[in-house]
Amino acid sequence: MEGIDFGFGLSKSSSVQLDKVDLTLYRRLEALEPGVRVCMACGSCTSTCTAGPWSGMSVRKVILNLQRGKDVGRMLSCCMLCGKCTMVCPRGINTRHLILSLCRIYEKV
Amino acid sequence: MIYQGKQKIWSDYQKELPSDGWFYVRSCIRQSFFPGSEKYFLEICRDLLGHDIYESPHHTTCGGIAYHSDTIPQETAMTIVARQFALMTEAGYKNLVTSCITSFGNYTEILETWREYPELEARIRENLWKATRREFEKPEYLAHASDLVHKFRAEIGERAVHRLVDVRTGEPLRIVEHIGCHYSKMFPHKGIGGAEYPCVLSGMVESWGGEVIDYPERRHCCGFGFRQYLVKANRGYSVSNTHKKFESMEPYHPDAIITNCPGCPYFLDRWQYVISEQTGKTYGRGGYGIPVLTYEELAGLVLGYDPWDLGLQLHQVAVEPLLDKMGVDYDPDAKYLGLNKKDILRPGLPTVLKCC
Repeated sequence: MEGIDFGFGLSKSSSVQLDKVDLTLYRRLEALEPGVRVCMACGSCTSTCTAGPWSGMSVRKVILNLQRGKDVGRMLSCCMLCGKCTMVCPRGINTRHLILSLCRIYEKV
Repeated sequence: MIYQGKQKIWSDYQKELPSDGWFYVRSCIRQSFFPGSEKYFLEICRDLLGHDIYESPHHTTCGGIAYHSDTIPQETAMTIVARQFALMTEAGYKNLVTSCITSFGNYTEILETWREYPELEARIRENLWKATRREFEKPEYLAHASDLVHKFRAEIGERAVHRLVDVRTGEPLRIVEHIGCHYSKMFPHKGIGGAEYPCVLSGMVESWGGEVIDYPERRHCCGFGFRQYLVKANRGYSVSNTHKKFESMEPYHPDAIITNCPGCPYFLDRWQYVISEQTGKTYGRGGYGIPVLTYEELAGLVLGYDPWDLGLQLHQVAVEPLLDKMGVDYDPDAKYLGLNKKDILRPGLPTVLKCC
């Protein structure tokens, strides 16, 4: 709509409406790696990630963003698939397989 | 009585306040934005209900607005506040009630700072003495004016001429309550109900027959945020905050919004016009906005005061839909007649937001 120019405008809201988010990607990941369901978002994977400090890669954020219907494609390309996150996961989630499965969904491999 | 469990936790967030002996200090900006509010606080609590509330013509701003805008250091605000305490002491009062939420936060922050750093209090006492030859006692009780209206809500309810009920359907009006951030987000124990469950306004609404709406962004800031609004380049943050709140409350179809802060009613009211011009969207029924009232204005309507005497014609969003629901009689032709029936002229009309 062409309105009055006030010299400032509205920014897009960052609020997450859980009733309305698109969980298609998350459901596809669940089918490939059911371990994602037991994640408790402790962040051990993120704290041990070799790529994290310089690339912003975070498995915890990847899962959280998928649960909120957000895109995670850019973050995936930072993962080196070293598997350190799998070694420290207290829930025993195969996070390396989780990332690899997501890459398949995004057709990055 | 010995409280246990949740009852004990809740009792920590209650406020025991005396009914009388209050020294009242006004807000710097409310008289421009909502000129009837402070007048009707005194009219209702002092003149109608007969409580002892005193106002001195010598009091000034508390300095909170400049402090939060980073234009004065806290020591300056402290000396201004010390002078207010001196006026209270000279008038023979021991309790201080503020009209403004930021003043309430400012006074609370200063008293807490002095409790932690007594040497700073001694320095401010010295500054005040050198500047004005005044001395002061700290208040025994500090309250916001909405705390007192909350305390007197049952007395107001007993005298109610109109209740917060839709006279056409008999259903309670659906009210959004919005608490100013400086009320209890800084010092949760100083507000009724704390920061998570402040009930100072919801208590009034329920006492007067309305229904409080619980919506996802209920505790979100109104968007004022001082630097967000005062710097024009940042105003997009301010209006975006307000927009987020309106988008969140819209599905619950509120009949009105009630607030207890000087900035909140202003921004929730005026930004509805800006959002309507920018997006073409309005949040009330039939192209109207959602009326935004201060708690004094709402108490005034409940008690049967004339809406134009309360200053409701100075709102951006038309209040007539709410008046019709409550069954309040009003003269549309008298809307823009000021004191002595002098015509105060009509405002320009928005292109989208419907106004009466």
